[in-house]
Amino acid sequence: MFFSTALKKYNLQTNGPNAVFLILVMLSFCFAIAMLFMLLASIFYDGFLRLSWQFLTQFPSRNPQMAGILSSWVGSLYLMILTGIIAVPLGVGAAIYFEKYAKKNWFNHLMEINIGTLAGVPSIIYGLLGLALFVRIMSLDRSLIAGAFTLALLILPIIIISSREAIRNVPSFMQDGALALGATRSQVIKTIIIPLSFPGILTGVILSLSRAIGETAPLIAIGALTYIAFLPESILSPFTALPIQIFNWISRPQILFHHNAAAGIIVLISITLLLNMSAIFLRDRFDRKNSK
Amino acid sequence: MYKHTFQTKEKIIELIFGFCGMFSLFITLGIMGIIFWETTLFFKEVSLFEFMFSTQWTPLFSIKHFGVLPLITGTLLVAGIAMAIAMPTGVLMAIFMNEYANAKVRRILKPVLEILAGIPTIVYGYFALLSVTPFLQKVIPSLSGFNAISPGIVMGIMILPMVVSLSDDAFGAVPKEMKLAAYALGSSRFQVAFKIILPAAMSGVIAAFMLAISRAIGETMLVAIAAGMKPAFTLNPLVPIQTITSYIVQISLGDTPVGTLAYRSIFAVASVLFIITFIFNVIAQKLRHSLKY
Repeated sequence: MFFSTALKKYNLQTNGPNAVFLILVMLSFCFAIAMLFMLLASIFYDGFLRLSWQFLTQFPSRNPQMAGILSSWVGSLYLMILTGIIAVPLGVGAAIYFEKYAKKNWFNHLMEINIGTLAGVPSIIYGLLGLALFVRIMSLDRSLIAGAFTLALLILPIIIISSREAIRNVPSFMQDGALALGATRSQVIKTIIIPLSFPGILTGVILSLSRAIGETAPLIAIGALTYIAFLPESILSPFTALPIQIFNWISRPQILFHHNAAAGIIVLISITLLLNMSAIFLRDRFDRKNSK
Repeated sequence: MYKHTFQTKEKIIELIFGFCGMFSLFITLGIMGIIFWETTLFFKEVSLFEFMFSTQWTPLFSIKHFGVLPLITGTLLVAGIAMAIAMPTGVLMAIFMNEYANAKVRRILKPVLEILAGIPTIVYGYFALLSVTPFLQKVIPSLSGFNAISPGIVMGIMILPMVVSLSDDAFGAVPKEMKLAAYALGSSRFQVAFKIILPAAMSGVIAAFMLAISRAIGETMLVAIAAGMKPAFTLNPLVPIQTITSYIVQISLGDTPVGTLAYRSIFAVASVLFIITFIFNVIAQKLRHSLKY
């Protein structure tokens, strides 16, 4: 009934392969939405009652009822700030280089493919790079800064790709105009390209940081600790992060720890959704302004 | 004099940007250098023949066997289940969004997919272990608490947004003239979708599949949580297995000193993982470049 009215509304054939296709599409969407709903429902059902002010302000504990996520969310926050400080200048700089300076030759084509490929390298491999390079060779140990370097390398390709797109969308007549008035390349970059592509770059940065905050595997590979009952004092302090704490709680057998994990997940999902939605909102506004 | 300093400044700025641009090359070289160096050290102690053809992976037992095949079958099993779910549903959804849905429906569906794509993988791990597996155990009583099918299904959901949005891009890149010509000749929507757009965008769709497979193979937390830590040379989705990535997690969680064989073995399996995903990624990149009309 629902299908046939829906089909009529869109003025489509209600028989033959077309109908089969549409029914399959409906089923696919129902499957995806049902799974998403089940996922959110089970996590809220398990974790909602554990959420409290105390949960956010307590250190982890052997007693599941007393345990909280203070050290892990603070660790995640520091980690994000450091990661952003390292990755954003490098990523935006690289994007400017490829869009405005690089000549079209085989080497730069290779670099382009290289960045695309790096974006697809599994995150755990970045973790092993971080383990060998930052933890061992540079002997930063299992510190905040080692974690931040690792995550920065991980999100760098994403920042480069999205920043390049934002820079490419800056209208060329403005740049040509500035150059015609005698501005140098660096002045054009400073006064025209960066301000105009800023919202687009910011969107990419927010999305990549929201990816970094949920990354668990690379931090496990560099050996981030799971039990930390103090706040990091410097960038060389050992640290834990929200997803690490959640993983630790999931892998314990007691069901009360699972509820803690679910509560931690609610906090983690809230942060990533908030970041993602602000990025999507920013992009839509930016798109509308540009198309005017 | 003024002109001279002025040009030097421009040159320095260009060099700084150039350094940023080259940095990604250093990352690739760093990854390759470190992984392959440790792998070489690993193969000084373990024969390549055993690594490739033995069907036992027991690096932590007293009698050590280093056959990577169980980890590879485990990895491919989970990724295969995920792809079996994500490929058909993803392409169907993308065709629908491209050719059937109006702008309003698209405006709702796109963000839903983006939200799905933004959920951290550890959350999917929780879901697979503590919701999907208990549910499946009611249907299949012999299902073990750790298995390949539950993370496989959940991984299918996880990579679905990626398949949809990449296929959607590929369909969107098909020239409008081709579609309009087909409509002018009296084709139905269904015919345009399946006889014009799908064949024309095939290379893009295959690129989407390649990237999704590479993502599925490299996915770590989901399998580390829900698939178990027991290497098994099997394609049975109901028993515990171990993937390449979950082996790396298992060793990383223990305190393995540098220079031991176990430490080197994670780099050896990582180089297998790197080579497989690298090949898929490069093919996908090539296909996507050939897509631009």
